Amino acid sequence: MALDKEFNEIPGTIVFDAEQSRKGYWLNQFCMSLMKAENRARFKANERAYLDEWKMTEEQKQAVLDRDLNRMMALGGNIYFLSKIGATDGKSFQQMAGSMTGMSEHDYRDMMVKGGRRIDGNRRIGEDGDAQRPQQDPAKGR
Amino acid sequence: MARITASVYTSHIPAVGAAFDLGRTKEDYWKPVFAGYDFDKQWMKTHKPDVIFLVYNDHATAFSLQMIPTFAIMTGPEFNPADEGYGARPVPKVIGDPELASYIASAVIQQDFDLTMVNEIDVDHGLTVPLSCVFGEVKEWPAKIIPFAVNVVQHPVPSGARCLALGRAIGKAITSYPEDINVHIWGTGGMSHQLQGPRAGLINKEWDNAFLDRLIDDPKGLSQMPNIDYVREAGSEGIELVMWLIARGAMADVVAGGPKPKVAHRFYHVPASNTAVGHLILENAA
Repeated sequence: MALDKEFNEIPGTIVFDAEQSRKGYWLNQFCMSLMKAENRARFKANERAYLDEWKMTEEQKQAVLDRDLNRMMALGGNIYFLSKIGATDGKSFQQMAGSMTGMSEHDYRDMMVKGGRRIDGNRRIGEDGDAQRPQQDPAKGR
Repeated sequence: MARITASVYTSHIPAVGAAFDLGRTKEDYWKPVFAGYDFDKQWMKTHKPDVIFLVYNDHATAFSLQMIPTFAIMTGPEFNPADEGYGARPVPKVIGDPELASYIASAVIQQDFDLTMVNEIDVDHGLTVPLSCVFGEVKEWPAKIIPFAVNVVQHPVPSGARCLALGRAIGKAITSYPEDINVHIWGTGGMSHQLQGPRAGLINKEWDNAFLDRLIDDPKGLSQMPNIDYVREAGSEGIELVMWLIARGAMADVVAGGPKPKVAHRFYHVPASNTAVGHLILENAA
């Protein structure tokens, strides 16, 4: 039984469920490999060659090369796994999260200091909040 | 018999651990966060536990997609702080309590909760940041610690009702242990935060404070809240808050119809990095 469809009706959000986990298995396991210093060094030396060692789809590999976190999420990535790429690049979690919003690093940090993103208008797709811009994978309709 | 005298609830934000490790706790940004834990240092002098049962989640550190147990109890003798990609935190090794942990595992599984027993694992910020916040800088943690990991990463994750009932079973198990020891149970994670997508940075102050109110006064009612409400209202990573219900379920009023716990300390602050910080200490009546 799939999760209640309401989980797919939150704007600007991809819920990592069993189906996403299945799609993203190798993408996420590639990310886990970056927990080891020797693998980080090999990845940095030749990203494409390192990615080709994994059973990832071409789309997933391209999203990693582009550092497109929203795309990686749509293709089955989970943020805690994807954060290993950010750590390899020397980025903080705030920089990574901020990069998915389309805001500048400064503006994102400023928003957090002022109390964070508001919930009003951001509960359901179709409301008028600031997290409503499309980021779904059109192929999957989510 | 073992006694559960208190439950402690706190966020476990990695940036808080980094600020602590880099000696930045007095900076303007971090000062109000750490001030929320000043009370703990004094309180711990008179309420020191022998053992802490610490509920947390692993963040793709020890559990990759190879396997993610829904509930895992750590029955080993010691656990090292994990290297999460930035080097291991320079904090003390975690010393377990294999005898009590295996007693609890046995008692809880026989109450129909299917726990995974884990003997070797590195523990990540989910476990070590709460210890740093509450105890500050120490050479060794002042209590034995039984780590207990909950899957809140891969949905479906356990419901609030399941977590409260599990806490109750853990409470029953601990209070039947035939040694005169003082046990705390901690619930960690939250409060509202979302680390992904265009909705990243979400904070819901009103919801967080209502959650704290209900956790104190109406844990059974709160446990009926469906998981979708956590994700929608408190952000995709706010779902970690279901773990607080495990600690709440082990308190005397839920376990045995005893009196309501006393609120010893309550704290809330926005922001720490991407996240709202919440902290609560509840004491069982003596």
